Amino acid sequence: MGLAAAQPLSPSAIAGGEGISFENITVAYRGHVVLRDFSLQIRHGEIMALIGPSGSGKTTALRAVAGFVRPQSGRIRIGESDVTDLAPYARGIGMVVQNYALFPHMKIEDNVAFGLRAQKAETGLIAERVKECLRMVGMGAYVGRYPRELSGGQQQRVAIARALAVQPRVLLLDEPLSALDAQIRRSMVEELAKLHRDLPTLTVLYVTHDQTEALTLADRIAIMKDGRLSAFGPSHGLYSRPPNRFTAEFLGRANLLPVRIEGPAGAGLVRVRFGDVELTVPAHATLEIGAECLLCIRPHDLRLAEPHHGNRLGAAVTHVQWQGDHHVLTLDCAGTILRLVSAPLREPPAPGAPFDLGFADQDATLIAPEHG
Amino acid sequence: MAETALAGPLRPASGRLWIAPPLLVLAGLFFYPLSLIAIQALTGDGNQVSFDHFAAVFRSALFLGALGHTIEIAVAASTGCLVLGFAIALVLSFVPFPGAREIARFIDTFIALPTFLVALAFTFIYGSAGVLNGALIELFGFETPPVDFLYSPWGVILAEITVYTPFVLRPLMAAFSLIEAAQIEVASSLGARAPRIVREIILPAAMPALLAGGSQCLLLTVNEFGIVLFIGAKGVITLPLLVYDKAIQEFDYTAACVIAIINVALSLSLYMVYRTVIARVGGRNAGVV
Repeated sequence: MGLAAAQPLSPSAIAGGEGISFENITVAYRGHVVLRDFSLQIRHGEIMALIGPSGSGKTTALRAVAGFVRPQSGRIRIGESDVTDLAPYARGIGMVVQNYALFPHMKIEDNVAFGLRAQKAETGLIAERVKECLRMVGMGAYVGRYPRELSGGQQQRVAIARALAVQPRVLLLDEPLSALDAQIRRSMVEELAKLHRDLPTLTVLYVTHDQTEALTLADRIAIMKDGRLSAFGPSHGLYSRPPNRFTAEFLGRANLLPVRIEGPAGAGLVRVRFGDVELTVPAHATLEIGAECLLCIRPHDLRLAEPHHGNRLGAAVTHVQWQGDHHVLTLDCAGTILRLVSAPLREPPAPGAPFDLGFADQDATLIAPEHG
Repeated sequence: MAETALAGPLRPASGRLWIAPPLLVLAGLFFYPLSLIAIQALTGDGNQVSFDHFAAVFRSALFLGALGHTIEIAVAASTGCLVLGFAIALVLSFVPFPGAREIARFIDTFIALPTFLVALAFTFIYGSAGVLNGALIELFGFETPPVDFLYSPWGVILAEITVYTPFVLRPLMAAFSLIEAAQIEVASSLGARAPRIVREIILPAAMPALLAGGSQCLLLTVNEFGIVLFIGAKGVITLPLLVYDKAIQEFDYTAACVIAIINVALSLSLYMVYRTVIARVGGRNAGVV
């Protein structure tokens, strides 16, 4: 039984949720800056995914909210209160970590009750909330077991129940699904989404390196790189209109064509040149005519050119890969390697075969070049 | 079938022969001398086996006093070792500071030192003519040394705590290193302060190590001889010291052997209690039973 099959928590089960704000946070370890002038607002009741490669500072940002890392400068607020100088136990957070961190010598019910006991809740209330939270995550039948008697997915559900039991002001999830195998991870993502639908006022900061988890769960995504915020925005917008090359490549796969802006092409569109080919794409807010930049097209937005496609690219197939529910075609387009993802093809093209690519102008995004 | 034959024991008769050499060594070095002591305790200087010598020893006020002192000192010193070892291990493991590892290694070296060395050092520091008393007499003009605990049971206990604390510290440090930092952080995020985290997360995880270290201390302090002899505390006679007195000073070998047998029985009983407790409590608390 999973989270999705479980019963919703009563309205009293969470504190109501509050937003989180990072204000110019800088964190350094032994002189090495790992988070630099980081500012971010997380709204009350939203899931914010903080993603980035290893060492990008995403976990440090989460640990700063939890109080395990002290910023050199800047302030952290939960709701209206400044928690920068508060001890972790006084911040009113719930936290779930990658390896569950259940207390091995305690039964499941004692694990979930731990925070309530620490906060000196009444005995009757503890029993009620433990039962309620375990039922919510579908673990009501496991109260008397020890963590070692549960699977990884079950342990993570208990960890979530334990974090929710204390009615946290915000819920911090630090790579909570990384230790699970792919199949369980997929189902847990769906279950977490269901959990948030049941607890819509709960603010969640979700740290992950997995773009699929972030895109599936988050209302908004913040992408970290080298201790800085690289991009930030609604998940769909960030994916379909990546603001920079790093975002385009980190959040999903991207075909990036070097182009030059030639001139306007009607409402909100510009003409760009890629080699000998002229393409029509949405204009960029800051790039001007004559600018050298990149054109981003997602692999699933490329397809075999059809008569209505104004944008056409001649390419040659270099590699065809069948991946079960889709085909991946690797193509050489005037020296630039492109990837095309399509539904399974009955008769996939042979390597070396010419392939006429097409894409809709609204599926392309111009990206300013990065310097330095 | 070939695999089955290979997987089974090869030439079991010759395999059993390998037990013989260590058994012979044990018999020569341990069981034979122990049997001589047991025979002497049971027969005395005659040939009749009897428990009269045991009865006589158990009626002796000197023996009962020594037994009481042995247990009191061993329990007090072991408790001190547990408290001090736990506190030091907590600080060294969970309160990171520069040099923590070096300090742990330095404390570890105490295990290699002979026990009388600490007693000797204590004499230099806390003895009647030691550094501390010398300084206090010079500063305040005392007529007699004001610090005189060294020649009481407290001196013995303090010296034993100093010597045997590393025996608790070492397994505790190993146990603490296995506790996931994430458990402590999550506990803290749930609202638990340091005392609760120590009591409910760290202590249960460290219980097997505490039991192991504490039992080892108890066994060692029950049989401690060098420190008690060297300090020479007034009226503090323990079982090992009584064995020495009876055998070397009074030439009463029968009484010495009886007391030695009782001392061995006491040690073995403690060891059995340790094994029982660690099997029932230690493993469960560690989450492994």
